[in-house]
Amino acid sequence: MSAALITAEGISRRFAKHPDLAARIANKLGAHHASRVVHAVDDVSLSVNEGEVVGLVGESGCGKSTIGRIIAGIDSPSDGRILYRGEDMAKAEGARARHIALKIQMIFQDPLDSLNPRYRMGEIVREAPRYHRVAPARELEAHVDSVLERVGLDPRTKDRFPHQFSGGQRQRIGIARALAVNPELIVCDESVASLDVSIQAQIINLFMRLRRELGLSYIFISHDIGVVRHISDRVVVMYLGRVVEEAPVEELFAHANHPYTQALLREVPRLDNRHISFTPLSGEIASPLAPPPGCHFHPRCPFAMDVCKRVRPALLEIAPGHKSACHLNTEPAAAAAEA
Amino acid sequence: MTDNNVHADAAILEAAGEELPAKPTRPMLLVIGRVLRDPVGLLGVLIVTVMVLAAIFAPWIGWQNPYDLSQLDFMDGRLAPGSQSMSGVTYWLGTDDQGRDLFSAILYGLRTSLMVGVLSAAIALVIGTAAGLTAAYAGGRVDTLIMRVVDIQLSFPPILIALILLAVLGQGVDKIIVALVVTQWAYYARTIRGSALVERRRAYVDAARCLALPPRKVVFSHILPNCLPPLIVVATMRVAYAISLEATLSFLGIGLPVTKPSLGLLIANGFNYMMSGDYWISLFPGLALLLLIVGINLVGDTLRDVLNPRMQR
Repeated sequence: MSAALITAEGISRRFAKHPDLAARIANKLGAHHASRVVHAVDDVSLSVNEGEVVGLVGESGCGKSTIGRIIAGIDSPSDGRILYRGEDMAKAEGARARHIALKIQMIFQDPLDSLNPRYRMGEIVREAPRYHRVAPARELEAHVDSVLERVGLDPRTKDRFPHQFSGGQRQRIGIARALAVNPELIVCDESVASLDVSIQAQIINLFMRLRRELGLSYIFISHDIGVVRHISDRVVVMYLGRVVEEAPVEELFAHANHPYTQALLREVPRLDNRHISFTPLSGEIASPLAPPPGCHFHPRCPFAMDVCKRVRPALLEIAPGHKSACHLNTEPAAAAAEA
Repeated sequence: MTDNNVHADAAILEAAGEELPAKPTRPMLLVIGRVLRDPVGLLGVLIVTVMVLAAIFAPWIGWQNPYDLSQLDFMDGRLAPGSQSMSGVTYWLGTDDQGRDLFSAILYGLRTSLMVGVLSAAIALVIGTAAGLTAAYAGGRVDTLIMRVVDIQLSFPPILIALILLAVLGQGVDKIIVALVVTQWAYYARTIRGSALVERRRAYVDAARCLALPPRKVVFSHILPNCLPPLIVVATMRVAYAISLEATLSFLGIGLPVTKPSLGLLIANGFNYMMSGDYWISLFPGLALLLLIVGINLVGDTLRDVLNPRMQR
């Protein structure tokens, strides 16, 4: 196993709605406007090794995008730290900080929204390498052209504006922009979700080719389990801001341990189970404003026990490389009794 | 909608085959083209262009410098339109009480009015944009502070603020520009803050930050250019407003000095003679002012339609 490229240690991200002036005055007068805090990400640790593809799955609102944005440096964590090759990113300064920041790039969900509509395509790709002097000025254009060719774009279209490209091409521009600063890790936040299925396949194949050619690592955030299974080495499952299970991809799909993961995998449409009737997970995903105590999943869990309502289950290793956060693993006797 | 666009684009590319289209034009040029194709917009642009050119070339078009008292002949005072002077020149628009040729005076007045309007709008634009962008990008307390100042400012009638300022500062072109800037910057600040808040949340801004570009580059190269369309519309309308506010102040006698008549002052001069039947001294400068403001507003209206995102592409 190669060394960890990126390690996230105990990352939390809280979004607080502070009371505004009017609410504060109302509070003084006796009203009760509590400041509301959302734990978008709650004490999450994960690591990505060199050349590894980590899939991050979960329902919408589970904090997977927030994790991606924090690792990419767009958002900052409320608690915890991100290590790049063992070095705390928040402590790096000046040129070193920029160097590390460029090593982690992000590909966004909506390709058109992620491109500045007033920049020509060449300028979109060229801007960062020129500013950071990734290539000497004389070789800048050659560098841009080679990146464009690598992602399958015609360098002769550099004068066009983003709206003059197709959806797949736009996503390629986003990839070229990221590659132009020689990153080591790419965070793909639902990067293929808004594309046609055929285009999705092209872009995923491009990701995999770039991985082979450049030794890139990926964090692949998606709600599409099929895609994640296809490209990931390891999968992390999140529920309401917490990691519930983490395992190598084959292990996870063969021996899903957490009841939530099991439910999630049951819903994946497959050719061989088209006649199976679906048993949807009962209940709604709980509001992150008021998550249930103990294990967040217990109101929807068919195996919920008393302890689940009180104690947060720890993420424990149940097999080599396979971690799960479920009380069923630590209290088999109680589980048997309940079942 | 995005899907439709994708297919439309793909179809266009296929139709073009491997042929690459000529270098695509900048969106701003397309906007100008669309304004000119619109009959109302074209009319507005024509009116404004003619008046701006007339103002710029006033010393060559008008045969008299109305500010140069040695060129004025008191004997020619209050002549009706079309009458001839003692020296045989025809005053097509008549003369005022000082014996100024009204046509020349209007040209010079346009010059002053346009300069005051455009300059004050430009300065207010820069100040308002800086304040609005700072508020939107910094957020939190800075945002609250700036926007509350804007709210307070906008809750006073602009004419009142200008009157108080001019009463304190005194007369003069520079003073009136200061007064107009103070009354106008808040409109720009509010407009740009609104659009900057929207743009700031878009993914291309995240991408720029992910690429470790400095905040100054994110704000000025990415956020600001995308906030320009509504700002351009507001700026156009505000120039017209500044001109009419200046005319109002001059009419009230607290704007520009009598020796430098703007359109407002010319109207005020003639106002004294309205009742004695000398209508032309007020009427023609008034018509010129009306035409100018209507022209600018026509351009502004068309720009607003053309730049409306719901009508684009």
